[in-house]
Amino acid sequence: MKKITIVAILILCMAPFSVYAAESGMPLERAPVDITDNASLQRGAESFVNFCLTCHGASYMRYNRHRDIGYTNEEILEKMVHTGQKVGDLMLSAMRTKEAEEWFGVVPPDLSVIARSRGADWLYTYLKAFYRDDATGTGWNNLVFDRAAMPHVLYQLQGEQKLEVNGDQKSLLLDKPGQMTGAEFDKFVGDLVNYLVYLGEPHANERKELGVKVMLFLLGMLVLSYFLKKEYWRDIH
Amino acid sequence: MSNLFNSMIEWIDKRFPLTSNWKAHLSEYYAPKNFNFWYFFGSLALLVLVNQLITGIFLTMNYKPDASQAFASVEYIMRDVDYGWLIRYMHSTGASMFFVVVYLHMFRGMLYGSYRKPRELLWLVGMCIFFVLMALAFTGYILPWGQMSYWGAQVIVSMFGAIPVIGDTLQQWLLGDFTLSDAALNRFFAYHVVTLPLVLLVLVFVHILALHETGSNNPDGIEIKENKNPSTGIPVDGIPFHPYYTVKDIVGVVVFLFIFCGIIFFAPEMGGYFLEYNNFIPANTLQTPDHIAPVWYFTPYYSMLRAVTVNFLGIEAKLWGVILMAGSVVIFCLLPWLDRSPVKSVRYKGPYFKIALTLFVISFFVLGWLGTKSPTPLYTLLAQIFTVIYFAFFILMPWYSKIDKTKPEPKRLQE
Repeated sequence: MKKITIVAILILCMAPFSVYAAESGMPLERAPVDITDNASLQRGAESFVNFCLTCHGASYMRYNRHRDIGYTNEEILEKMVHTGQKVGDLMLSAMRTKEAEEWFGVVPPDLSVIARSRGADWLYTYLKAFYRDDATGTGWNNLVFDRAAMPHVLYQLQGEQKLEVNGDQKSLLLDKPGQMTGAEFDKFVGDLVNYLVYLGEPHANERKELGVKVMLFLLGMLVLSYFLKKEYWRDIH
Repeated sequence: MSNLFNSMIEWIDKRFPLTSNWKAHLSEYYAPKNFNFWYFFGSLALLVLVNQLITGIFLTMNYKPDASQAFASVEYIMRDVDYGWLIRYMHSTGASMFFVVVYLHMFRGMLYGSYRKPRELLWLVGMCIFFVLMALAFTGYILPWGQMSYWGAQVIVSMFGAIPVIGDTLQQWLLGDFTLSDAALNRFFAYHVVTLPLVLLVLVFVHILALHETGSNNPDGIEIKENKNPSTGIPVDGIPFHPYYTVKDIVGVVVFLFIFCGIIFFAPEMGGYFLEYNNFIPANTLQTPDHIAPVWYFTPYYSMLRAVTVNFLGIEAKLWGVILMAGSVVIFCLLPWLDRSPVKSVRYKGPYFKIALTLFVISFFVLGWLGTKSPTPLYTLLAQIFTVIYFAFFILMPWYSKIDKTKPEPKRLQE
C-alpha cells in the first residue's frame, strides 16, 4: 500500500515537468535571461522603445510600471516616452493597423506577452536568424520563422547574413558586417529579450520574493500543526 | 464569560439546531480511526472549492466578459490590479489542483471500494460533482479568450454538433450564434460564475449529508458501525471527527499549501500544463493553431475522442469519438454495480483486481500524455489500444472481480 502511495505521488509530481517538445526544426539558442538585472532590463527597454514600439504595441503595459526596473517617472518620460504620451499611458504602437496591413500584410502582434507564448529562447534565436532572401517581399527571411512578415529591423546593427545550405544542414554566414561585433549584437538581443520576459510578467520578481516568505510561513505552520496533531492523537495510539 | 457564551448558545439552540448539528457532523460524527494518506483529499477538495469561490469573486470585479476586451482585462488584472496577479494565479492553479485532488479522491474510492453498498448514492452524487467541475473548468477556460480558449471551446462545441438530428440546432442554442462569438463568451461567463457554482455548492452539501448518513469507509473496507460498544452505542473503531480529524486535516492542508503555493509563486504556468503557452495569444477567429490541446485534466478523454478513425456499425467516426469520450466519464457511475467482489478494499482483493487497476491507471496516464501530443499514426494506435484497456477495466469487472482470489476481511480495523 505504501508503495502505491509513493509511486502515485512521484508520478503526479513529475507529470507536469515533462517538457513540451520543441515544435520547430531549428535548435534554439539559450537566451541569457535574468530579470533581476535592472541595468540589462533598462538597456532592453530603451532598445524596445526605439526599435520595436514603432510597429508593435505593448498595449497591456503602462510606462510608469517601469519603476519596477529602477526608473523614476522623470527618467521614464525622458528615456521611454517619445510620442508625447503621459507617464501613466499604455504603450501603444505608433502605427495605424490599417497602414500596417497594407505594408506587411498582417498587423504586427502586440508584444506584451509575446515572451510567454513564444518563450525567451525562441525570441532570442529568431531575432538573430534573419538573412537576405530576394524571393520574399521584404527582401529578408528567417531561419526560425520561415517567411516572417517582419523585415530585419536590426540589420544596421547586426549586418547582413546569408543562408548556407549544406545537404540538410542550414547555417547563416555574416555577409556584410554591421555596426556591432557578433558579441555586441548577442548582448544587445539578449538585453532586449530579457526585457521582453520582464514585459510578459512585470510582477515576476515580486512573485518570487513573496513566495519565499509564504513558504517560510508555511514551514512554521507545518511544525505547529504537526505537533498539535501529535498531541491530540496521543490518546488514540 | 463562559456563562454568557452558554446562555447565548442556549438561546440559539431554541431557535436553530446549532449544537445538535455540530454534534451530528463534527464532534460526535464517528470516523474510522485508520484513515491514511488517501483520506486527505476530501477536505482538500473543499479547501480548493473555497479558494476558487473567493478568488473568483475578486476576478469578476475586474474581468470583462466581452470578446474585444476579455484578453486585455485579464492582463489588466495581471499588471494594474493590486495583487491581481496573485488572485489570478491562485484561481488558475486552483483549477488544476482541483482536478489533482478530485482524481486522487476518486482513486481512493476505487482502492478501498468506497462506492460499494451502502455508499452508491454517495458515489453518484460525487460523480455529479465531477461532471459539474468539468463544465466549470471548460466554461472558465474560455474566459481569457486566448487562442486555446477559443479553439479548445470550438472542439468541445463541435462535439454537440456531432449528435445526430438535433446536433446543429443544439449547437446554435448553446452558442446563441452560428459561430463561437461574443454571445457565447457572455453566456459561458454567466454559467461559470452563477449557475454552475450554485449547483456545485448544493451537490457538495448533498455529498457530505450522504456521507454522514452512511459513515465513512476506510482502508479496510469494513463497516465500523457493525461493531459498536453496547453501553455507549459508539463504534469501537470510530473516533470523533472533531478534534481528531480536524487537527489531522490541518497538517494535510499545510502540506498541500506547500505544493499549491510552490506552483503559484515559482511555476504558475507549470511548464505550460496549468497555463498553456498558446493561450497568451489573443483569440484569432481566422487562424486555427497547428496543434490544439486541452488542459492536462481533459487530455485522457481528448485522446479517446480522437482515437476512433473509421466509421463502423453505421456510425460516423466523429460520433464514435464523442460517444467514447462521454462514456469514459459516465462509466464511473456504474462502478457500484460492476464490482462483484465479496470484499471492498484492495487490501483483501486478489491479483486480478490489482492487475486491472494498475493497467487502468497506466492507461489513464498514457492517454493523458497522448492527449497533449499532435496525433501521428503511432500515437493514434497507442490511443486505440489504451482506450480498449481503459474500458476493459470497467466492462470486464463483473467477471474478474467475481472469480478473483480474495483474502478474508478482518472483523476489526487493522493498524
